Amino acid sequence: MSPVDVFGRPQTVLLLGANSDIGLAIVARMVGPDGVAILAGRDPHRQPEPPLGYETHYRYFDAADTSSHEKFFAETFAEHPGIDTVVLAFGVLHNQDDVNDNPELAVEMIVVNHVGAGSALLHAAIQLRQRGGGQLVVLSSVAGLKPRRSNYVYGASKAGIDFLARGLTRSMATSDVRVLVVRPGFVHTKMTADMGPRPFAVTAETVAKAVVDGLARRDQVIWVPRILRWVMGVIRLLPPSMVDKLDA
Amino acid sequence: MVRPRDLDDLSDVVTNGREHIARGLGRSYGDAAQLAGGTVVDMTAIQGADLDPATGILTAMAGTSLSEILDLAVPQGWFLPVTPGTRHVTLGGAIAADVHGKNHHRDGSFGAHIESLQLLTVEGRVVDVQPESELFSATLGGMGLTGVIISAGIRLIPIENTAMSVHTQAAPDLATTMQALLDSDANYRYSVAWADLSDRRGRGLVMSADHAPAGENPGSPAAEQGWDRAISLPDWCPGIVNKFTVKIFNNIWYTLGKRRTGRRIESLDSFFYPLDRVDFWNRLYGERGFLQYQFVVPHDHEDTLFEIAEVLARMATPVSLAVLKRMGEASPGYLSFPMPGWSLAVDMPLGDPELGRILDECDSRVAEAGGRTYLAKDSRLRRRFLEEMYPNLPNWRDVQAEIDPDRRLRSNLSLRLGLTR
Repeated sequence: MSPVDVFGRPQTVLLLGANSDIGLAIVARMVGPDGVAILAGRDPHRQPEPPLGYETHYRYFDAADTSSHEKFFAETFAEHPGIDTVVLAFGVLHNQDDVNDNPELAVEMIVVNHVGAGSALLHAAIQLRQRGGGQLVVLSSVAGLKPRRSNYVYGASKAGIDFLARGLTRSMATSDVRVLVVRPGFVHTKMTADMGPRPFAVTAETVAKAVVDGLARRDQVIWVPRILRWVMGVIRLLPPSMVDKLDA
Repeated sequence: MVRPRDLDDLSDVVTNGREHIARGLGRSYGDAAQLAGGTVVDMTAIQGADLDPATGILTAMAGTSLSEILDLAVPQGWFLPVTPGTRHVTLGGAIAADVHGKNHHRDGSFGAHIESLQLLTVEGRVVDVQPESELFSATLGGMGLTGVIISAGIRLIPIENTAMSVHTQAAPDLATTMQALLDSDANYRYSVAWADLSDRRGRGLVMSADHAPAGENPGSPAAEQGWDRAISLPDWCPGIVNKFTVKIFNNIWYTLGKRRTGRRIESLDSFFYPLDRVDFWNRLYGERGFLQYQFVVPHDHEDTLFEIAEVLARMATPVSLAVLKRMGEASPGYLSFPMPGWSLAVDMPLGDPELGRILDECDSRVAEAGGRTYLAKDSRLRRRFLEEMYPNLPNWRDVQAEIDPDRRLRSNLSLRLGLTR
């Protein structure tokens, strides 16, 4: 591991979810021209356009296939021992109307967003701890904070990884592994392209800046935009029938 | 972390094949004496000092603190040739960082006063490092990465009195402060300026001093002895450093300083080690802690100094302490910090994420001016500035690679900056 500096600025980043707009924005913001990014996803041949401006490597990674994770992390860290920061950005979002008719889609979301992310998070934490420390950035979502009929399966999968990541923060408190849980609201990305306009919407770049600043401040949980912390605080107090009206 | 009790123990630790770095009293501001996933060798038990009262040559083990050296030497009329702003560093650490003091403009850095130096290599061999050798240049200021410094001999300076004769001047702005430093450097062994970056003009107080001559009456018992007992801040001490409190503190400090202009007698401790009065003073910065940024720019690049001072004064983070010093001749150490020019050291609380970008911008100006930042205080330098700031880095890497071919010597600092190849 090459240690991060006092501002939590990494030199070698592993991005899980090479296709994630938010993940790529985070990497673009945190990796300097002398840094290294390892992008992992299910399409190892994809080349980002335009070139990212720093050393990049691609690796095949399937979040849903948790049996492959141990080998993936062992090999990736062996090949790139300098990895100091791991960003978990992969995720699946299906339209809730489709999910209602097809539980398989719900299972896919839970398997990727919760089981796969949880497995990846724990494997990455072990690798970092063995090397003396590092940073884990976990993309959660405000959807995981209050069940809503419009996205409760996605929300449940994110609630699971959010809880797990915060628990890991406690468990790693005595080591030099730090965990940052990121709870964005609606983000304009490929994943949400076919959804209508939402309140408090932000861009992937806004999330990226919040992540870099959150690492510098050694935050444990951040909200993007920050006001969502208070908005969700209120929404969580509302009775379910009123929350249903938000989705009407 | 391991704490070897003697040289045999130490030899076992360095030869066991694990990556390691020596650590003294842990007063470096950055990560020079940390090593994630490796062995940090606490040197504080490798102790012992011997002073030849006739010649002033002091021979000591690397874990001996400057405080212990002073306790031995001062009563016999000898003082350290160079001392940093705290007594709580080890001899080994002082050499590894090639520390400097308020007399750098005329006496150079710590390394200029070394008579002999012994290094324990990664193979467990004790090497007598000759002061003119390349290994000496790589070890002096080499941040512990050429081997574990185990002992050294240094030439102390004679003093006739434990009192300091201190002259204080108040200056209304940064340029006047610098001029006052220039003027006093020729006449005093020690000189340093406190600068108020919370003030629009950058007013300052210039302290110049010499050891008082024999027979000079210290005037008060306080001037003769050091701090009886340090005040200790508790671990629940809240962080209180912010723009507002800094402004108030600096106003009081400047007003008090202005009232004490002229000459007066001070104790060694109050002149050299004011912060040693308070244990854990760092707790005033709260949980996130603080950062010290120190750079030097060559003479004729005063513009850069002014520009950076202005950037630092205007940013959201307060500069809680700023110390300006004119530096003298460079040292033979390949990675030594001092060079002829102006050095500014600023302390500031961590917390604002913008601070990283602001300091990077300062670095690019420092590098462009041919200056550098201090590795012993670094926790954030970007790699791209390293080679520009340290033109002797290739020489250092050659020597380092030769004495440590298997890369057993490492620190978080060396890994983060990619010092070793």
